[in-house]
Amino acid sequence: MGKLLDKKVNPKHILGMHDLSRPDILSILALAKKFKNTPKAPTQAFSHKTVVNLFFEPSTRTRSSFEIATKRLGASSINITSSSSSTIKGETLIDTAKNLEAMNPDVIIIRHFSSGAPYVLSQVLKTPIINAGDGFHEHPTQALLDMMTIEEAKGKISGLTVLIVGDIAHSRVARSNIYGLQKMGAKIIVCGPPTLIPPDIQKLHVGVSHSLKEVVSKADVIMMLRIQEERQDRIQFPSKREYIKYFGLTLDTLKQAKKDVIIMHPGPLNRGVEIASEVADGPYSVILNQVTNGVVVRMALLSMLMKAGKIE
Amino acid sequence: MKLVIKNGTVIDPSQKLNAKKDILVEDGKIKKIGTINENITTTIDAKGLIVTPGFIDMHTHLREPGEEHKETIRTGSEAAARGGFTTIVCMANTNPVNDNAYVTQFIKLKSKTDSHINIYPIGALSKGMRGEELSEIGSLKEAGCVGISDDGNPVMNSYLMRKALDYCRHFHLPIISHCEDHYLKGKGMINEGLHSTILGLRGNPSASEEIMVARDIALAHLTKAHVHLAHISTEAAVRLIADAKKRRVPVTCEVTPHHLFLTDEAVKNYDTHFKMAPPLRSSKDCIALKRALKENIIDAFATDHAPHSTLEKNIEFEEAAFGVIGLETALSITFKLVKEKVLTLSQWVEKWTLRPAQILNLPKGTLKIGADADITLFNPTQKIKINKETFKSKSRNTPFHGWNVEGNVCYTIVGGKVVYAYKN
Repeated sequence: MGKLLDKKVNPKHILGMHDLSRPDILSILALAKKFKNTPKAPTQAFSHKTVVNLFFEPSTRTRSSFEIATKRLGASSINITSSSSSTIKGETLIDTAKNLEAMNPDVIIIRHFSSGAPYVLSQVLKTPIINAGDGFHEHPTQALLDMMTIEEAKGKISGLTVLIVGDIAHSRVARSNIYGLQKMGAKIIVCGPPTLIPPDIQKLHVGVSHSLKEVVSKADVIMMLRIQEERQDRIQFPSKREYIKYFGLTLDTLKQAKKDVIIMHPGPLNRGVEIASEVADGPYSVILNQVTNGVVVRMALLSMLMKAGKIE
Repeated sequence: MKLVIKNGTVIDPSQKLNAKKDILVEDGKIKKIGTINENITTTIDAKGLIVTPGFIDMHTHLREPGEEHKETIRTGSEAAARGGFTTIVCMANTNPVNDNAYVTQFIKLKSKTDSHINIYPIGALSKGMRGEELSEIGSLKEAGCVGISDDGNPVMNSYLMRKALDYCRHFHLPIISHCEDHYLKGKGMINEGLHSTILGLRGNPSASEEIMVARDIALAHLTKAHVHLAHISTEAAVRLIADAKKRRVPVTCEVTPHHLFLTDEAVKNYDTHFKMAPPLRSSKDCIALKRALKENIIDAFATDHAPHSTLEKNIEFEEAAFGVIGLETALSITFKLVKEKVLTLSQWVEKWTLRPAQILNLPKGTLKIGADADITLFNPTQKIKINKETFKSKSRNTPFHGWNVEGNVCYTIVGGKVVYAYKN
């Protein structure tokens, strides 16, 4: 553990998979694995450390995962939730964060509805930041836990074809996974209605498909994304019903898939929409493994950053 | 009161002048151009300098009345003078909106007391710039407005735009159009493409500009009224305008320094100093805009000087205000086009002086005998580093901070009075 803990990730803030190198990813995943294989609290070295969860968007899974990870490391955490932006609230994001920093936390975890908000903070804070999801931009800890889950299930990442299905345009999970998995040697295909595929995404060297049935047989991993009803108007696609027809993952669609395919979903599930219940609960699903791995991946990142200390 | 400017290279496209000459100014007017041997106490030695008609910025936002924490008529005019501008034209999106003669009169009055340069207002096209009803365009003109525009709010209602054009034709007022299709743009805040995808920001496709350019050309053709297309940013818009000009449709257009020299790639790291409307486009668009300037498809430069304080800029990218300032950097930045041999010196001067004056029917942009002695002296070889901390503007939201450029304003003269002189 000690040796792994001494490894430093190259960017001081964890803002996105775009900035992490393959060696960074390998050392984070190795440490996460170590934590997973050591069920008891591995160290009390962090008992005097404090982690701030600064959440500008509702979250159950990610926030509790970070909290549990913090507690397992023996550190303490506080939660701050807000739902307003700098312009509405009257206090800017930078002021909020600087005030928190003045209380000397060791890591600040931020989730924000606005793409790039953690980047704004990274320009002014010395406390390491972990991006827990920003707008449609990145969600690096989700990608790391996804990679860990894939590696556990398949024994490798390199050479696999990963199919990401759904609203790619508004998905930070898709972007982070594209960058991360490509660095680990996987091939990515994104699949969704043309209205939900962002422009020029093929320039990121990903395959693009508008028919799940046509590409399902190529996939070693199928990653279903949540259709965010609250984000959709009837202009992105005509109806839930028609969406399910072309992009819902059902047992029937799965018949054409590889025998050893695995099914993933970052949650929360829309059962009966992007994913049928029988699929989500079926033998191919590794959805709950993802959640389990989320804790140890976050333990790995938190411990690395707490060990490294403030950024000079 | 006499002033002589000696030994400079006088460039005045209004009389096709490009030669070493002296200029004699008397009682605020141009008295004589040639060799001046009179012994006059006030002499400016312009050796090595370019002497031109005072530069005109036909697209400025002054923020007064209403948002004086960003810019006032005083600070905006000081910034303009430092930038070599003797005349600026201010847009109507103040608070209250300049949609009636009282606001216009206020701006004119304030300009008299607070500004050493000439300020001409643009009146709003619609009441409150809401795009619903025509404002009192005749009264706006009588009060001193030189053009009509809802700049910032594209006029989506084509029927209203058509009627405004019909109405303005009678008053000989151009309509300045901000071309973005409001629906297609949606919440888009940077150019749609690879960079918007990587950053997870909603894109604003070039087509949102092109649709409106095409519509406005069609309406100019229909009504025979003059449409001036503001801050053109795309290659296809240029193509549409070139075609319209060939068909003698009464359209003119302008381009900003930032759309010529910056692309959407600059937005990486979510720097809000590269957020403006229309957004920065691709390098292909920059090349097309430069070529269009050279071929005189683009008539004029304009800054779209849009001051915002750190309150509006030093925040989340998606929340930050659109717009950048330009008065104090525009000449040095666009002078790169002369250095790059895209434009001749005369073309560069013409697009900052004669053409804006012609488009807005201003009695400016010329050094002809009897004209107001509005003169800019520019040093074409002086190297400077742009430093926003030295700005006269109240705001600092420039995308060009730290740029090393060649060419700098030395003197700005308005009505024969030196209103700015460069001090090292």
